[in-house]
Amino acid sequence: MLQISCPYCGVRDEEEFRFGGESHVTRPALDVDDRVWADYLFNRINPKGIAYERWLHSYGCGRWFNVARDTVTHEILAVYLMGAAKPQLSEVTPAREAQPKRVRTSEGSLS
Amino acid sequence: MHHYSFFSLLSGALGRHRRWSQAWRSPTPRKAYDVVIVGAGGHGLATAYYLAKKHGIRNVAVLEKGWLGGGNTGRNTQVTRSNYFWPESAAFYEHSLQLYEGLSRDLNFNVMLSQRGILTLAHSHHELESLRRWANAIQVNDIDSELMTPEEIKKLVPLMNMEARFAVHGGFIQRRGGISRHDAVAWGYARGANALGVDIIQQCEVTGFCRQGERVVGVETSQGTIAAGSVVLSVAGHSTVLAGKLGLRLPISSMALQAMVSEPIKPCLDTVVLSPTVHMYVSQSDRGELVFGGGADIYTSYAQRGGLPAFYQNVTALLELFPAFRQLRLMRQWAGIVDITPDTTPIMGGTPVPGLYVNCGWGTGGYKAIPAGGDTMAHTVATGKAHPLIAKFGLERFTSGALIDEGAAAGVAH
Repeated sequence: MLQISCPYCGVRDEEEFRFGGESHVTRPALDVDDRVWADYLFNRINPKGIAYERWLHSYGCGRWFNVARDTVTHEILAVYLMGAAKPQLSEVTPAREAQPKRVRTSEGSLS
Repeated sequence: MHHYSFFSLLSGALGRHRRWSQAWRSPTPRKAYDVVIVGAGGHGLATAYYLAKKHGIRNVAVLEKGWLGGGNTGRNTQVTRSNYFWPESAAFYEHSLQLYEGLSRDLNFNVMLSQRGILTLAHSHHELESLRRWANAIQVNDIDSELMTPEEIKKLVPLMNMEARFAVHGGFIQRRGGISRHDAVAWGYARGANALGVDIIQQCEVTGFCRQGERVVGVETSQGTIAAGSVVLSVAGHSTVLAGKLGLRLPISSMALQAMVSEPIKPCLDTVVLSPTVHMYVSQSDRGELVFGGGADIYTSYAQRGGLPAFYQNVTALLELFPAFRQLRLMRQWAGIVDITPDTTPIMGGTPVPGLYVNCGWGTGGYKAIPAGGDTMAHTVATGKAHPLIAKFGLERFTSGALIDEGAAAGVAH
């Protein structure tokens, strides 16, 4: 269960929110060719690691905001408002460094 | 390779099972192959098998970063069916189901196909109307489907609670649908491809690509550089990660899809039950476990473990429809990373990068497509032209706008 800190309401459970996909997608000019338009409509980065994405607090204030989240650890690294620039985050977060250590411990105890 | 038969089993038993040969080799990679397939899941292995068997291309390697069949092929709920809506999908999935029907014989490996039927439920008058249309479309596509009244459903599945929170108003069944053993499908194709000379190289992660101009001419791996005439990506949830290394963008979101099994019990459910409304499907495996799942988690993930809300939703939906299952304990729960496209139709065929083919976008329904996916991809790679069955599944459909919207036939909404 994710705990997401809505910038307007505070920390709430994942079930109050709706995932809105990749953020910072810029709409191209209307006279671009079909390939550019298709790229805008459908293609996504879908990163393994830090994703910058939109979330909607649908069962709360009903407002959109941005979240920077690690798609491997699910750790939420930053919450920022719509229209704000992407925060600069380093690829190796403390949680990702800690993760392999935890895995090794549990494997050790099993064997 | 041992041919498996009653007599080989008997002679194996008489020899105290000491004489069995390994089902496939574990070779070190050669310097170059005609075709390198990335990902030894069902689709990758089937592509290799049909390349060697039908097209005589045997200088093929299948590279796998983990162990074969250890990704979504070993994590799915092993449902096979062809009850799709649009003619393009119906033709493709029906081809796949027909290949499944002869697969055990073809591979000389028992994939334990059990055509016990797949029943799709409607929980309101309006849903029944649209199921009626769906079932009709299936019949028009020359595939079996039958509408069922609540009484017929109750007779078929006595344990079902017809008066659940969302009462059962009817449904339709595809009797040729059913389940098979997913590991056996991976192992059977691996064994078959290996016997025809294909190298299956496990613990070999592709980390990058070699290019000559625009063209892909090989792959960088954890076991060194391997040259390739063509490269096929069959890596499901990791498709955008690998394609991204070539600057190729794909319309794919990777989501975690969960499944789980109960403790084994005596046979009590002899069909597959699927409810699009309450997001749940369930079948009973040959070992007696109830295998069930539902909707995907709501956010993108590469974690191969599901979150609690989707898990809770899957379990509550099952228990509302089958109150008797409340007394069971859950044995295991897991997730696979599925590659979902905007129109829930796969992406198959060539790409703007010369020498690179993709077979991805299967989302939540790739298992049933394994034989046809392998067959049509092998044809496409061998001839350089898309197989007629997948001509409309190409990446270019997102530019032309000719999408094949199978969102409904995915069974449960994602």
